[in-house]
Amino acid sequence: MQIKHHHSARVSPAVPREPLWLRILLIAAAYFIIIGLILVPLIYVFYQALSPGWDVFWANLVDDHDTRHSIWLTMTVAPVAVVCNTIFGVAAAWTITKFRFPGRTLLITLLDVPFAISPVVAGLMFVLLFGLQGYFGEFLRDNGIKIIFAWPGLVIATMFITMPFIARELIPLMQSLGSDEELAAVSLGANPWQLFWRITLPNIKWGLLYGIIQCNARAIGEFGAVYVVSGHIAGETDTMPLRVEKLFQEYNNPGSFAVATVLTLMALSTLILKVFLEQWIAAQESARLKEGEQ
Amino acid sequence: MLQPDPANAATHSDPQSSSPDSNGGEVAVAPHPLFRRNPLPGFGLGLGITMSYMSLLLLIPLLALMAKAAELTPSAFLAAVWSDRALAAYFVTFQTSLLAALVSATFGLLLAWVLVRYDFFGRRFLDSLVDLPFALPTAVAGLVFSALLVKEGWYGQFLVPIGIEGAYTKLGIIIVLTFVGMPFAVRTVQPVLESMEADTEEAASSLGASRWQTFRRVIFPALWPGILTGFALAFARGLGEYGSVVFISGNMPFVTEIAPVLIVARLEEFAYAEATAIAIVLVAGSLASLAVINWLERRSQRYAN
Repeated sequence: MQIKHHHSARVSPAVPREPLWLRILLIAAAYFIIIGLILVPLIYVFYQALSPGWDVFWANLVDDHDTRHSIWLTMTVAPVAVVCNTIFGVAAAWTITKFRFPGRTLLITLLDVPFAISPVVAGLMFVLLFGLQGYFGEFLRDNGIKIIFAWPGLVIATMFITMPFIARELIPLMQSLGSDEELAAVSLGANPWQLFWRITLPNIKWGLLYGIIQCNARAIGEFGAVYVVSGHIAGETDTMPLRVEKLFQEYNNPGSFAVATVLTLMALSTLILKVFLEQWIAAQESARLKEGEQ
Repeated sequence: MLQPDPANAATHSDPQSSSPDSNGGEVAVAPHPLFRRNPLPGFGLGLGITMSYMSLLLLIPLLALMAKAAELTPSAFLAAVWSDRALAAYFVTFQTSLLAALVSATFGLLLAWVLVRYDFFGRRFLDSLVDLPFALPTAVAGLVFSALLVKEGWYGQFLVPIGIEGAYTKLGIIIVLTFVGMPFAVRTVQPVLESMEADTEEAASSLGASRWQTFRRVIFPALWPGILTGFALAFARGLGEYGSVVFISGNMPFVTEIAPVLIVARLEEFAYAEATAIAIVLVAGSLASLAVINWLERRSQRYAN
């Protein structure tokens, strides 16, 4: 399920070409699809949010306590999930690419499962475990621990949905890098700490960053799983995407679109970061290739 | 399991030969990989973190799902899974995901083709925009498309008068699922197209094949595994999609209610067991598509080799 990020700059040269009219038609169709399906909706988010005027837009964002709280909540849930998944991703990629052991293939397959499970089902699983009627419900209640309809539930659900992103980015990268440098370092007496910080991390840092960016975008935007575990209590467990939905249900379109603009701006920054990172990685690769030629 | 084996440690004392990735060099003398000495540290720690994380987040929750479903008697399970409303919801989910995946695959092929083969003004810009649905929260997608397609919206003002109702219909669901699934289709076909060598096409045309024949007989078969993978990914994503659909579908039982919405509805009635039963059907469906994707990937890798 790996989606390869590509570093496209080249157009295949000297291939037999289609007639000019067909080329123009296909390019026009591509423009039509992307503008109609992606660009116009993007602009419409800002149009809807800003059409009542800047003052209203700003008031919708800042004066509404529940909206303010949802922004704060998303800012605290997403980073925790991303940090946990970063540690997991590095550990999983290290184990899977550096060692051979029974069950390794099964582990790789299991990594994909969160991609295949509907977010709603993911949320449901955690309700079944930690909800009041759940398997650990009584134990948690007796000990005064709240997971479902509370912050920990939001984090767990987000962690589940975004679990594979970083590992999935690192595994092919570390596989292609091989272990030669690490093996050389070990034979020269490097301790595990030095090995990771001096050899492995510098080699994988851009791929890791790429994975973190994608994981973060998904963590911020997660809706289904969080919807099920949050209980949507306004001002308490509503993250930004849930706040968008609640305002929409209350027929508060400008308010809903105001929150949506913040999410859209985050998505756009993700996209811009990704483009820069891809160009950076491509530049580094071509530099390495040139070095190899000399 | 990775303890150094004294017999092998002697023959494999130098780290290079015991590299776990050296699958090319050693042939007959290589011991079973399990017993090969691996000098790299961190196996125990790495496997420990990986296994406990995956057990806590994935395996135990999946077991809870199974256990909850097992609490139902077979007839109660069947009643939950096979009710008219549930059947209608599966059908809507399946139908809209399938159609959206078909549209995604078609658009994906066209976009990948144009972005790889032609050099034109704005190519890089369009290429970057393809990734937006990956980054944009699905709730925003649902919100904006529902606003665009109602009769006051930018699209609805043209479409509704000629009888095309996008908001609160299956068409709306298909549109948002296409938005969500299309990038998968583009990004699976694009690398295949980029790595394709020009010589087979040149050979075909020098042997007198028309451009269309070359496409149909030479290019398309090579792209087919990528197109199928993109289709399957978009389809699997559509089956589980919730965030964007709740905004646009209106969630009318029997008409536009999808399976994930029905699960949430059952949950809000505190009918956990029924919700779980429907969830099991949905999970089975998505795991089946995951299996198909993996199979396709293996096949296309073999094709590439």
